[in-house]
Amino acid sequence: MDKNQQIIDSAISQEYEYGFTTDIEQETIPPGLNEDVIRLISSKKDEPEWLLDWRLKAYNQWLKMDEPNWSKLNYPNIDFQAISYYAAPKEKEKLKSLDEVDPELLDTYNKLGIPLEEQKMLANVAVDAVFDSVSVTTTFKEELEKHGVIFCSFSEAVHNHPEIIKKYLGSVVPTTDNYFAALNSAVFSDGSFVYIPKGVRCPMELSTYFRINAANTGQFERTLIVADEGSHVSYLEGCTAPMRDENQLHAAVVELVAHKDAEIKYSTVQNWYPGDPKTGKGGIYNFVTKRGTCLEVNSKISWTQVETGSALTWKYPSCILKGDNSIGEFYSVALSNNFQQADTGTKMIHLGKNTKSTIISKGISAGKGQNTYRGGVKIMKGAENARNYSQCDSILIGDECGAHTFPYIDVRNPSAQMEHEASTSRIGEDQLFYCNQRGISTEDAVSMIVNGFCKDVFNELPMEFAVEAQKLMEVSLEGAVG
Amino acid sequence: MLEIKNLHAGVDGKEILKGISLTINPGELHAIMGRNGSGKSTLANVITGRDQYDVTSGSVTYNGVDLLDMPPEDRALAGIFMSFQYPVVIPGVNNTYFLRTSLNAKLKHQGLNEINAADFMRLIREKLKLVNMDEKYLSRAVNDGFSGGEKKRNEILQMLTLEPALSILDETDSGLDIDALKIVAEGVNNFRNSERSFLAITHYQRLLEYMKPDRIHVLIDGKIVKSGDMTLAHELEEKGYSWLES
Ligand SMILES: Nc1ncnc2c1ncn2[C@@H]1O[C@H](COP(=O)(O)OP(=O)(O)OP(=O)(O)O)[C@@H](O)[C@H]1O
Ligand SMILES: [Mg+2]
Repeated sequence: MDKNQQIIDSAISQEYEYGFTTDIEQETIPPGLNEDVIRLISSKKDEPEWLLDWRLKAYNQWLKMDEPNWSKLNYPNIDFQAISYYAAPKEKEKLKSLDEVDPELLDTYNKLGIPLEEQKMLANVAVDAVFDSVSVTTTFKEELEKHGVIFCSFSEAVHNHPEIIKKYLGSVVPTTDNYFAALNSAVFSDGSFVYIPKGVRCPMELSTYFRINAANTGQFERTLIVADEGSHVSYLEGCTAPMRDENQLHAAVVELVAHKDAEIKYSTVQNWYPGDPKTGKGGIYNFVTKRGTCLEVNSKISWTQVETGSALTWKYPSCILKGDNSIGEFYSVALSNNFQQADTGTKMIHLGKNTKSTIISKGISAGKGQNTYRGGVKIMKGAENARNYSQCDSILIGDECGAHTFPYIDVRNPSAQMEHEASTSRIGEDQLFYCNQRGISTEDAVSMIVNGFCKDVFNELPMEFAVEAQKLMEVSLEGAVG
Repeated sequence: MLEIKNLHAGVDGKEILKGISLTINPGELHAIMGRNGSGKSTLANVITGRDQYDVTSGSVTYNGVDLLDMPPEDRALAGIFMSFQYPVVIPGVNNTYFLRTSLNAKLKHQGLNEINAADFMRLIREKLKLVNMDEKYLSRAVNDGFSGGEKKRNEILQMLTLEPALSILDETDSGLDIDALKIVAEGVNNFRNSERSFLAITHYQRLLEYMKPDRIHVLIDGKIVKSGDMTLAHELEEKGYSWLES
């Protein structure tokens, strides 16, 4: 048993592979938050008046709000005045092609294995890379334009497609939605924007990579995806950050809108720096609001997330099922190892008739990690014949970690069909010995068992990302078994 | 091949094996019989390196190498296989994937190329026939929902695929129906050759009739009190164990 514990421990203590910093000229504004800072951000982005007003309104609402404390997360108060709200790689001119991107930056993305290069054309992935707060480059713009697909940085969209932004910004996640969403609305610096026109099946996966580089900087990006009638898009985001002793704040907002017969598939592989494995020092505080609206009939939104990083994760990708026959899905793998804490889940709000939701949540706790599933299913009065299936499984590795499940169910229409399954298991000594006896090392056995446990979720990811997620899981679990 | 000398071992300070000596040469099949709780599985677990058992004195060598210092996976890679008395369920892990991972670990250890999925399927289909197992078991999770007999057959399937030099069969016959027992025994017999050794733990003469062991040992309270040939098995069948107790 002790030997196994040692192996688990050494596996868990695997170093974070993306912890390098990039030495690049940065333009950062001093820490602190007030109206002038917001004006400064807005002017740096050359924003129209209406957007500045929108930000200021959000800021004033935020001032009146309290930081939420209902989660199971345990962390010291965040000093919002100690954070810098804007950092950007210094650029000379507007970048037109990859050749013009700072080579240091490209090198960083290469280290991350991000498919920024044209060679990745084969992989059919268009990438928008957000470095600290600013979107650096978007590949395959032309190819996408042929299909009428808009995929660009949020700032660009504000200038080039103001009517769409104006119409949808805040329509799914209002500025007042919650504390972190309000903060994001006030200070967001960039992010990604996607518009898929009527009847178009987006010809490639769209992908954004987020990277926090600068110290003492928060990252507040905003993503908006609008899928027009009968369209289809699959979108993936990935996240990494350098190792730093201080905690860094990430508070993003993602809004999805699916019109009639449209489908949005949104996948996340989150691997922010989780903090020092031995002391728990540093790491990203990840407070994210993600929500999609199935606005019209027969629309579908599917969230898939693999959350392996961050010191704290506070995240509940949700679906508002407004259109009749609309479908919401949530597939999640959340890993808490060492000192990581995750409080994550989803909310499915059924408004339309014959709406259907599926929730598959897989929580993995190792080391001293604490993993909480928090999910809500709401069947409103008008949601005739709504259906929900929820499955929440937890697996424990070692005996110092914890798993918690909080399913909230609120049914206001008697025709609803609800199904809920939950399980908690532990990787047993007998299982590990059985694998050992077949020549499989304890480390490989743990990752094999965990991957088996996560299979239903990994299967939802686009192929190449599923492989990536599996590898990531292995790395994140290294040392997890003893 | 396997040499056990005056082995004392136990759990949490409680001695279970009280001085076992046993030598199995290449090509031999030895059987161990003995009452419930006499220490048969403990012996198997100590040979294969289960962590919870402490060896207090004595030695176990395998081809001249000290086994007791090796972690269990290295012992397995060195060619020691145990068919578990209670095969373990591993939910979510595909049976085929598990066995291929196991085989690849061995191939890699031997400096050989790993086997790809297609070649492995070809190999495993052949082995399935040997234990008369349906292909549908391949797509299920390891031992998940398997009946008692199916689990045992799955163990033998693994043995035939991994081709170990020393196989410890811990009550592989328990839980098998009459036909299955015959199939499994034939599977093992066909697998025997002048190099491979076996240690079969059993309560029943029937298995031994099929397997014709070179030697039979009776284990009572952690000690081998008598060794002999098939006539010993007949004697036990007739008289039970009490006449051997001191
Ligand atoms: N891990 C353990 N912890 C505590 N006691 C143990 C452990 N393993 C074995 N024992 C005890 O040691 C004794 C021998 O057990 P063992 O499993 O070796 O018996 P066995 O001969 O295989 O019996 P059976 O024929 O029932 O399979 C038993 O009294 C058992 O309770
Ligand atoms: Mg036994």
